[in-house]
Amino acid sequence: MTTPSPATRSPSTSDVLIPARQVAAQQLWPIPGGVHPPANKQQALGESICTPPLPELLVVPLQQHIGNPATPVVEVGDVVAKGQLIAAPDGALSVGVHAPASGTITALGDYPVPHPSGLSGPCIVLSPDGDERWTERRPIANYAHATPAELLAVIRGAGIAGLGGAGFPSAVKLGSQLPIDTLIINAAECEPYITADDILMRERAADIVLGIQILAHILGQPAQVVIGIEDDKPEAYEILVAACADTTIRLVAFPAKYPSGGEKQLIQLLTGREVPSDQIPAEIGVLCHNVATIYSVARAVVHGEPQISRITTVTGEGCTQPRNYEVLIGTPIRHLLALSGFTASSSERVIMGGPMMGFVLSSLDAPVIKTTNCLLAPSVAEMPPLPPAQACIRCGLCAEACPASLLPQQLLWYSQAGNHARLQAHNLFDCIECGACSYVCPSHIPLVQYYRASKGEIRAKEKERIAADLARQRFAQHQQRMARLQEQREIKRAARRSELAGAIDSHTTTATVSGQPAEDLIQAAARRAAQKQASPAQQLAALERRLVAAQHLRDTAHEKWLAGTVDHLPTAQLDGLRAALEEAELRLQGAHNKLEALRSGQKERPRSHSDNSPDNDGQESP
Amino acid sequence: MLEFISQSPIVAALIGLGGMALVFGGALGFAAVKFKLEGDPLVAQIDALLPQTQCGQCGYPGCKPYAQAISEGDAINKCPPGGQATINALANLLAVPAPALNAEHGVEKSVKTVAYIREDECIGCTKCIQACPVDAILGAAKLMHTVIADECTGCDLCVEPCPVDCIDMLPVPTPLADWRWPIPAPPRQLRQSSSLIATDRPVGTTSP
Repeated sequence: MTTPSPATRSPSTSDVLIPARQVAAQQLWPIPGGVHPPANKQQALGESICTPPLPELLVVPLQQHIGNPATPVVEVGDVVAKGQLIAAPDGALSVGVHAPASGTITALGDYPVPHPSGLSGPCIVLSPDGDERWTERRPIANYAHATPAELLAVIRGAGIAGLGGAGFPSAVKLGSQLPIDTLIINAAECEPYITADDILMRERAADIVLGIQILAHILGQPAQVVIGIEDDKPEAYEILVAACADTTIRLVAFPAKYPSGGEKQLIQLLTGREVPSDQIPAEIGVLCHNVATIYSVARAVVHGEPQISRITTVTGEGCTQPRNYEVLIGTPIRHLLALSGFTASSSERVIMGGPMMGFVLSSLDAPVIKTTNCLLAPSVAEMPPLPPAQACIRCGLCAEACPASLLPQQLLWYSQAGNHARLQAHNLFDCIECGACSYVCPSHIPLVQYYRASKGEIRAKEKERIAADLARQRFAQHQQRMARLQEQREIKRAARRSELAGAIDSHTTTATVSGQPAEDLIQAAARRAAQKQASPAQQLAALERRLVAAQHLRDTAHEKWLAGTVDHLPTAQLDGLRAALEEAELRLQGAHNKLEALRSGQKERPRSHSDNSPDNDGQESP
Repeated sequence: MLEFISQSPIVAALIGLGGMALVFGGALGFAAVKFKLEGDPLVAQIDALLPQTQCGQCGYPGCKPYAQAISEGDAINKCPPGGQATINALANLLAVPAPALNAEHGVEKSVKTVAYIREDECIGCTKCIQACPVDAILGAAKLMHTVIADECTGCDLCVEPCPVDCIDMLPVPTPLADWRWPIPAPPRQLRQSSSLIATDRPVGTTSP
C-alpha cells in the first residue's frame, strides 16, 4: 500500500554500520523471510530531540492501547494538574490516561482519533494553562528496596502501554505468573524512516539501562537480559555499550532486515526459540519490551511521572525540517507537522507509523497517542500511489519474504473466496501484518489488506457465533421453564378437577337426601362465575381502549407504508409494510365488530379481563 | 486346510467371504447400537446455521423448531434475520439451489438492532418479559423493566405487546474496536487490458 519505490533508495544508511566482527561475535539464529527496504533513517537524525511548544488544545483519546477504553474520572470545567489521572483503567486489560499538562477540561466527547477507519472516538479535551503545575509525584528513590508488586502497581498507575506499536498494557505483560528466564529489550526499530528509539538510546541511555534493571528486578533477575539492536545504529550501539558496562545486560547487534524487530522474530533471532502459534512469548519463558516502554518505566518509577509524552519521528520529504520530538500525548498532529515545515501542498497524505505497517491518517486534527512512533509525510515522488493490482502470477516471492513462513498466495485465494475455514487452516492468525509480501509482490497486490480484512471478518463471525450460542442456550432454558410451568399448571388443574368431581359426587349423594338436584349446584356456580366477570361498563371501556390501540397501530402502519412508497423502497420491503398494514386493518375491524356486538346488546362475550392481567409467577428473568 | 482350499477354491472363497461378511456385519451392527447419536444430527447442523434470533418470523416458535421443519422438507427461505447469507449456507449444507428470501415472512434488516425500554414510561406490566424468547428482559410486576442489551437478539417480539409503546428498537452502535478493514477492490480484469502483452506495463508503474 505504501511501498517505497526504488527511486528513493538512499545509499546513505548502508555505509555506516556496526563493525562486522562485533556482529559476528554474537550467536544468532536465522529467521525466515524478510526484506531490505531502503531505511531512509538519516533525515530525522540530524538534530537532537526537541520539545515542541504547548498546543492550544490537547485531545486525549480514551483508547490508546489494546483492551478496554479508559473511563473518564473528570468533568467538563475541572482544573487538572499535569500528570493527574483523568481516565481510570476499566478492568485488568486496560490502562489509565493522565493529563499531559495542567489546565482545564473543556470537553468530553467524540473527536477524530488516529485510526485507519478515520472514525471518531471518545476523547477528553484539555485546554493547557501553561503553568506546568505537576500533581503530587511519588518517586521511588531505590527500586531495589521495593517489592515487584509495588513496582507493578506503579507501572499500572502510570498508565504505561507498550510504545513499540501495539500498545499492550505493560503491567499485564509483566504481571504474568509464568516463569521468565529471558528478558529481551527490543531496540531493533527495523521499519524504515522511524528513528524515535534510535535517538532515545543516543540521548537517554542511562535511563534506559535503569529501566531494564527495574524490569529485571520485577521479574526476579532472569537468567539473561539481552538488548537486540540492528547494526545500522552504530552510535546508539556505542552509547549503550558504555552505559551497560557495569551490568550483566548483554547487547546483541544483528544485520538489519525487516521485520527482525517483530516480537516473535526478535525472540527467534536472539534465543532460537519459536513462539508457538496462539501462544504468548511468556509461555516459552521470554518477555520482550520495547526500549521506549522501558524508558517510560524508568520515568514512572524514578521520577513518579506517568506516561504523558513519547518520542515521535516526524519525517518524509513533505517536511522541510524532519526531526524527533518529545511530544505530549494529545498534541494535534497538525501542530507537530507545522513545526516541521509541512504544508498541505507538499504531501498528499500523512502516514502514522512507518511505510510498511502504517496507515494513512484521514484527519490531521487527530492527536498523537501512545502508539504514534512516527508521522511520515512523503512527497508523491518519494512514495507514489500503488499502481493497480495485476493478477497473481504465482512467482512465490511473497512466500520467500514471509517472516512467519506462511503461504501468502494461498491466503490470497482463500481471502478472495471468503473461505474462512481454509484461511484458518493456513494459519492466517500467525500473520503479523508486516507487509513484506506486499512489498515484494510484482503484481502490486495489496496482500496485507486482504489478510487484515479476512481477520476482521473471521473475528466478527466468531463474535456472532458466540452471541448465537448464548441465544440458543437461553431459548432452550426459556422453553424448559415454560414447559415446567405448564406442567405445574396442569397438575394443579387436575387436582382441582378431581376435588370438584369429589365434591359433586358427595353433594349428589347428599343432594338426594336433602332433595336438591345437582343441576342447581351447577347453576349456582355459573352465577358466581358471572358475578366475578367484569360489569358491562368495564367491558365496554376495555373494548374501547382496544379499538383506540388498534386504530393507532393501523395509522402508524399506514404512515410507514406511505413513507415507503414516497421513498421508493424495494418492492420486497413495500410488500412487508403492506402486509403489516393489512394485519393492522384486520385487527381494527375485529375490535370494531366486537364493540358493535357488545353495544347492540348481543350476548357475545369479550375476553374476560383476567386473561389480560399480568400473570407473574416465575416471569422474572433468571 | 490348504488341501481343501486348493481342491475346491470356489467353495473356500465363498466360505471365506461369507465369514468376513458375518464378522464385519456384526461389528457394524454393534457400532450402530453402541455409538448411536442422540437426536437428528442434521437438525443440529441446520440449527447452527440459523441466526438464533428466535423471532418466529418463519412461522415456527423459534430457530430449533424451524430447523426441525427444514430437516423435514420445509422451504429454507423463511428467515429474514439471517437473510441471503443464511439461505446460501443452508442451501450449501442441504445441497439444494438457494432461493431468494420469501418476502411473506418479512424483509432483511440492514442494521442489527436491540430493544430499548424508555424506563420512565414503563408501567411494569411484564408483557414484554413474557414475550421475550431469550429471557433478556429483567423486571417484575409494577416495577420498571429493562433490557439486557448483550442478550437481546433484536427479534421485535416485545414491541407489539407493550401497552404504552415504550420499547424502541435501536441500532447497535459499532465501537471502534469492532471496525474492520474492507476487502480491497478485486484486481483489474485481464479482459479490460487485453491490449497489453506480457512485457507491457501500464504507464506510471514501477517495479520494486
